[in-house]
Amino acid sequence: MVDPWNDPDAKPLISFQNVTKSFGSFLAVDNLSLDIFEKEFFALLGPSGCGKTTLLRMLAGFEAPTSGSILLANRDITPIPPNKRTVNMMFQSYALFPHLSVYDNIAFGLRRQKMPKAQLASRVDEMLTLTRLERFANRRPHQISGGQRQRVALARSLAKAPKLLLLDEPMGALDKKLRQETQFELVDIQEKTGTTFVIVTHDQEEAMTVATRVGVMNEGQLVQVEAPDVIYENPNSTYVASFLGQINLIEGRATPTASGIDLVWAEGQPRLHCKTDVVFSSGQRCHLAIRPEKIMIHAEEPESRNKVCGTVLDIAYLGNISTYHVELISGHVIKAQTTNDRRISRRSFTWDDSVWLSWTDTAAVALAN
Amino acid sequence: MRRLTWFNTTALTFGFAFLYLPVVILVVYSFNSSRLVTVWAGFSTKWYFELLQNQLFIDAAWVTLRVAAISSTIATILGTMAAYVLVRSARFYGRTLFSGMIYAPLVMPEVITGLSLLLLFIGIGLDRGLVTIILAHTTFSMCFVSVVVSSRLANFDRSLEEAALDLGCTPFHAFCLVTLPNIAPAVIAGWLLAFSLSLDDLVIASFTAGPSATTLPIRIWSSVRLGVSPEINALSTLLIAMVSIGVITAALISKRNLLRQN
Amino acid sequence: MGRFFLIATPYFWLLALFLVPFFIVFKISLSDPDIAIPPYVPNLNWNEGWPGLSDFLTQLDFENFGFLLTDDLYWKAYLSSLRIAVLSTFLTLLVGFPIAYGMARAEPRWRPTLLLLIILPFWTSFLIRVYAWIGILSTEGYLNQVLQFTRIIESPLTVLNTPTAVYIGIIYTYLPFMVLPIYASLERMDLSLLEAAEDLGCSRISAFWLITVPLARAGIIAGCFLVFIPVLGEIVIPSLLGGSDTLMIGKVLWEEFFNNRDWPLASAVAVVLLIVLIIPIILFQRNELKQREAEGS
Repeated sequence: MVDPWNDPDAKPLISFQNVTKSFGSFLAVDNLSLDIFEKEFFALLGPSGCGKTTLLRMLAGFEAPTSGSILLANRDITPIPPNKRTVNMMFQSYALFPHLSVYDNIAFGLRRQKMPKAQLASRVDEMLTLTRLERFANRRPHQISGGQRQRVALARSLAKAPKLLLLDEPMGALDKKLRQETQFELVDIQEKTGTTFVIVTHDQEEAMTVATRVGVMNEGQLVQVEAPDVIYENPNSTYVASFLGQINLIEGRATPTASGIDLVWAEGQPRLHCKTDVVFSSGQRCHLAIRPEKIMIHAEEPESRNKVCGTVLDIAYLGNISTYHVELISGHVIKAQTTNDRRISRRSFTWDDSVWLSWTDTAAVALAN
Repeated sequence: MRRLTWFNTTALTFGFAFLYLPVVILVVYSFNSSRLVTVWAGFSTKWYFELLQNQLFIDAAWVTLRVAAISSTIATILGTMAAYVLVRSARFYGRTLFSGMIYAPLVMPEVITGLSLLLLFIGIGLDRGLVTIILAHTTFSMCFVSVVVSSRLANFDRSLEEAALDLGCTPFHAFCLVTLPNIAPAVIAGWLLAFSLSLDDLVIASFTAGPSATTLPIRIWSSVRLGVSPEINALSTLLIAMVSIGVITAALISKRNLLRQN
Repeated sequence: MGRFFLIATPYFWLLALFLVPFFIVFKISLSDPDIAIPPYVPNLNWNEGWPGLSDFLTQLDFENFGFLLTDDLYWKAYLSSLRIAVLSTFLTLLVGFPIAYGMARAEPRWRPTLLLLIILPFWTSFLIRVYAWIGILSTEGYLNQVLQFTRIIESPLTVLNTPTAVYIGIIYTYLPFMVLPIYASLERMDLSLLEAAEDLGCSRISAFWLITVPLARAGIIAGCFLVFIPVLGEIVIPSLLGGSDTLMIGKVLWEEFFNNRDWPLASAVAVVLLIVLIIPIILFQRNELKQREAEGS
C-alpha cells in the first residue's frame, strides 16, 4: 500500500492553502500550506510560540486566518463557526464542565445535536467502554484522577464521531509513565474509530510514538513534514536535526566526491566522508549531522574511514545507555552513546581516558543549512 | 510558624470589640423597658410591639423591600452583561469609557450621584417616586454586581466556553449551559450585594424619592436626627438580625459546597 | 447582533443614567436660581430653534463658582473636608492594618470566620451603625457612664457633636474598606519570604518593614482610596455625630439643596467636589489596574 501523502491521486481531508495568521504585528502562521489525509495521525511538533496551537485553533474555528483558506473535504470552512463544524477538539486543560458528571460531559455534544434518547445512551455507553470509564460515569470531574479526566475529555470529543479530532497537548498534564501508557491507548483508539487525528505537541518522543506523519514547525512555518523515522534519520535542516533527540553537528567545507562529499572541518583533523544524494559545490559551507548512537568508541585506533581521537570529558549515565562526551584536540566535543550491556563496575572507559571514535560513511547526514 | 502571636491576638480582640460592641449595646438596649435609652430599667419587648403598630415604618419597609427586590434583579442582569463584556470583549468603540463608567460609581460620593440623577429626572419630567428610586439604585448597584461577577469570570477557564462551542452550542447556549452555572455563586452574591445596598441607601434615595415613596432609611433618618429612640433601637435590631442571618446562611451554604467539592 | 445587544444595553443605561446627569449638573451650575419649578433659569427651549439655543447659552455664567470663592463658608468647608478625610484615612489605616495583619497570620481554619466577621458590618445598615454611636458618645451615654463609674473622670466628657465623634464614626464605618484590601494582599504573601529575609540577616522588625509592608502596598493604597474618596463627600456622619462647627462639603451641598433650595449653587458645589475627586479617582483606578496586571502575569 502506498502512503496517501506519496500518492498523487489521493484527495486530502484537510488542506491549508497559503494560510497566514497575524496577531497585531506578530506573525503566528506564515503563508503555510499543508495537506492532511483521512485516517492519518498527524503530529504538529515545535517549541512553544511556533504557531502550532494557532494552526489547530484555526481548524477548530476559534481563530480565523488573516489570509488564505482552509478546506475540509474540499469545502472551505473558513466562514463556518466552531459550533457548525464537524471537527472536535480536545483541550489542553481538558475543559471538562465542572458542574456536570462524566456521563453528562460526554453526552453534552450529542444533546446539542438533539440525538434521540436511546441512541444517545448507547453512544455514551460505547464511549465509556472505549475509554474504560464505565465505573466513573456519575462522578464529577474533580472526583477523578488526572488520567481519567484526560480520557473523559477524549471520550467527549469523540462522542459526536467527528471527521477530524484535534488534540492540543493532550498528555501535557500527565506524568511521564502515565503519558507513555496513554500514547499507546490513543493510537489504539485512533485505529479503532478510524478518525483522523491532528495532535499538537512539543514533546518529540510523543510525536514519534503516536504519529504517522510529523510536521516540524518553527516561527510560523513548516520546516519538514515526513514520517517519524524519516524525520529522525534524514532531517532536512540543522533545526530539525537538533530539535529531535541528540545530535552532533560538525561544521566545515564540502568537497564533492563520486558518492557524496568529504568535509574539511578542523586544522590537523582528517577529512570526514559522507554519502549523500544532495549536490554540494566545492568549498560550500555545510554541516554533518551524526546521531550519538551511531558513533562507536574504541580504546585502540579502529579500521575506519571516519575516525577521531580525544579524551573522555564527561559521562552521562542514563541506566540503559551512557553518553560519553569526548573532547578532541581541536576543542570540539563529540557525543557518543553505548548501551550498558555490562554491569557498570566493568565499564570499559572512564574520565580522562584517551579514546577513538568512528562511524560509517552512511551514518552522517550532510546538511546545507 | 508562630510570629508575634500576642500582637495578633490583641489586634484582633480590640479590633473586633470595636466593631461589634456598639452594635451589641444597641441590640441590648432595644429590650430596655425605659424610654430613656441610656438608663437600663428592666427587660421588655414593648418597643417591638410599638414598632409593629407604627404604620409609617411599615409602609416605608414595604417600599424599601419592593425597590430593593426590583432594582437588585435588574442590576444583576445588567451587571452580569457588563461583566461579560468587560472580561470577554477585547475591543469595541468606547471600551475605556465603558469600564470607566463601571468603576467610577463605586467610589463616587453619593451626594453627587443623587443630585445628578435628581436633576436628570426633573429635566426629562419624570415624577419622583418608586420608579425613580429603582432607576437610581439599579444604576449604582449594577456596577457593584459587575465587579463581583467579572472577578469570577476572569478566573473562569475560557476553554470551557470554547469546548461548548466546539460541541455544537451557539454562543448564547454556551453561556446558559456552561458559563452561567459556573459563575452562579458570584451572580447570587452580586444580587445579594445589590439588594443590601438598596436596603441601606439613604442619600441617593433622599434625592430621588418623591413625597409618594418614602424608604425605610429616609424614615429612620428623619427620626434619628431628633435623637436616640427605643423604637429605632428595636428596628435596628430587626434589620441587623435579618442581614446577619442572611449573610451567615450564605456563608454556611458556600462552605458546605466547598467541602462537598473537595 | 447578539453581541451588539450585549454591549449596548448596559452601555446606554450607564450613559443615560450616569454620564448624562453629570452634564446636567454642570449646566445647572452655570444657571441662576429662581423662584420657580424647577428653581433655576434659563431653561433650554427647543421650540425656539437656534435663537433659543444662543439665548440659553449667553445666559449661562460662572457666577456661582465666583460666589463659592468669595463666600469663605465654601472653601472652608472644602478644606475642612480634605483635612478630615486625610486624617481619618490615616487613623483608619492605623487601626485597620493590625487587624488585617492579625487576620492574615491567624490559623487558616479561622480565616474564613474572621473574614465573615469583617464583612458582616459591611452588609448591615450604615445609618444604623452611625446611629449606634449617638447613644455611646452622648453626655449621658454609655461611655461617660462607664468612665464615671470607674472614677476615671469626675464630670462627663463632651464627645458627641465634636470633630472627635466624627473621626470615631468614620473609622468605625469605613474600617472594613481598609481591612479587606490589606488582608487580601497580606494573605497572598508567601511566608517563606520572611524566612528568607531572616536567613539573609534581617531582624523580624526590619523584615516587616522591608518585605511585608512593600508587598502589602497595593492593598494599603487601595484601602486608603476606598476610605478617602467617599469620606470627602460624607453627609450622614457629620450630620449625626458632628456639631454645627464640623464643616463638611457634602453636608453643605445637602443643606444648599434641601434647606435653601438653591439648586444652581448646590450643583456648583458638586462640580467643584467632583473636580477635587477626579485626581484620587484616577489614581485609584490606575492602582487597581496595575494590581490586576500584576496578578495576571
